[in-house]
Amino acid sequence: MSEMNPNQETAPASPERRRFVGGAAAAAAGLAIAPGVMLIEVAYGRPEDQAASSAVRWGMLVDTTKCASGCNECVSACSTENGWTPVAESKHPKQAPQWIRKLELQDPLTQMQTSLPMMCQHCAEPPCVDVCPTGASFKRADGIVLVNRHTCIGCRYCMMACPYKARSLVHEPLNDTQKPDVPRGIGCVESCTFCVQKVDRGDGTTACVEACTAAGHNALLFGDMNDPGSEISKRLRELPTKQVRADLNLNLGIRYHGI
Amino acid sequence: MAGFLQRAARAAFLAVALIWAGLIPAQADAPKPVIQKATKGEQCVEDTAYMRKNHMKVLNHHRDETVLEGIRTKKHSLKECINCHASETTGSVAKSKDDFCVSCHSYAAVKIDCFDCHSTKPQGSMAMHPLDAATAHYKHKLAAGAKQPVSVEEMAKVAQ
Ligand code: SF4
Ligand code: SF4
Repeated sequence: MSEMNPNQETAPASPERRRFVGGAAAAAAGLAIAPGVMLIEVAYGRPEDQAASSAVRWGMLVDTTKCASGCNECVSACSTENGWTPVAESKHPKQAPQWIRKLELQDPLTQMQTSLPMMCQHCAEPPCVDVCPTGASFKRADGIVLVNRHTCIGCRYCMMACPYKARSLVHEPLNDTQKPDVPRGIGCVESCTFCVQKVDRGDGTTACVEACTAAGHNALLFGDMNDPGSEISKRLRELPTKQVRADLNLNLGIRYHGI
Repeated sequence: MAGFLQRAARAAFLAVALIWAGLIPAQADAPKPVIQKATKGEQCVEDTAYMRKNHMKVLNHHRDETVLEGIRTKKHSLKECINCHASETTGSVAKSKDDFCVSCHSYAAVKIDCFDCHSTKPQGSMAMHPLDAATAHYKHKLAAGAKQPVSVEEMAKVAQ
């Protein structure tokens, strides 16, 4: 393990040591993902034969005060994990699928700049689910909003209904470039899945969060918003956060601090 | 029994009549599908005869449980079928005409839609490639405690 952590001595300790939820899996795998940071919420790894439960609600906290302008780590990590072509490399960038994107905002009065990632907000009351004529767009028990590609007819109603422009249609055949864990294909709509394949594996985190942490920004935090003891619940209690377009009353799974 | 004999006789008569009329050649059989032996494992999760007839029902049932509820058991998972049945030459179940899924499906003239979305190759085929900065799994980069993009030389040092 020592040669796997060449930067261990030089790296500064994590500002807040993440609460470590013990578990046999964690002990066996030694899940130190970066110096001083342990994979948290391993206790949420449920047995593979158990269905996702509504006792859990997955959510994410985006601290825009830590999100670096110009940094694209979360976006490229998502594209690597889920197998979508980065928009810049796509032959048709205007219609290229995009699960997560970086926004750079500026207050016209004060010129204050804000940088943040925008993706599916995993609404508790998702308009994309309301409008879907086939029931393909659905919310899983643990709050993750997904598209069942077996029943999606590609009508794109959900793309119109989503207030966050979070969804894309796959226009081109993917010719077997998909990841075995992330089936996706032509004629179906898709969006951020909260890395459902990782969540079901018990990783307790997403590719974008891992990347942001590895890059040293720590702007993203993923966890169970239903568990009052989880790191995300603690931070949400302490930090003032907002939902984007809170007026729509959709009860979002992603909360932003600093906007 | 009598009914069966009668039907068989009628079928035989029809076949002979058609051959005689020159409508079908005597050797009319399409080339039989090549059924490659699974590379891993001795025995399928169900009887071969049962699977030949019912694999689609089994897969559809598992698919709904996985997509809708997040149940990820290995038995009856398409991913596991692919892991076992991918051809040793193409590394896929549907790339060339003799690969496991395609071979039978073209014989039966039943189109498979699975691989419009699903990968035809087993998981972990990445492990066969030398681990470098481009192909490394993100976890490996993280394990290396990387703060910047990882160079090929640095990646080579990371134990797999
Ligand atoms: S953000 Fe858009 S795609 Fe995601 S759940 Fe809400 S309406 Fe659906
Ligand atoms: S594109 Fe697919 S998921 Fe979206 S509304 Fe139409 S059928 Fe439903």
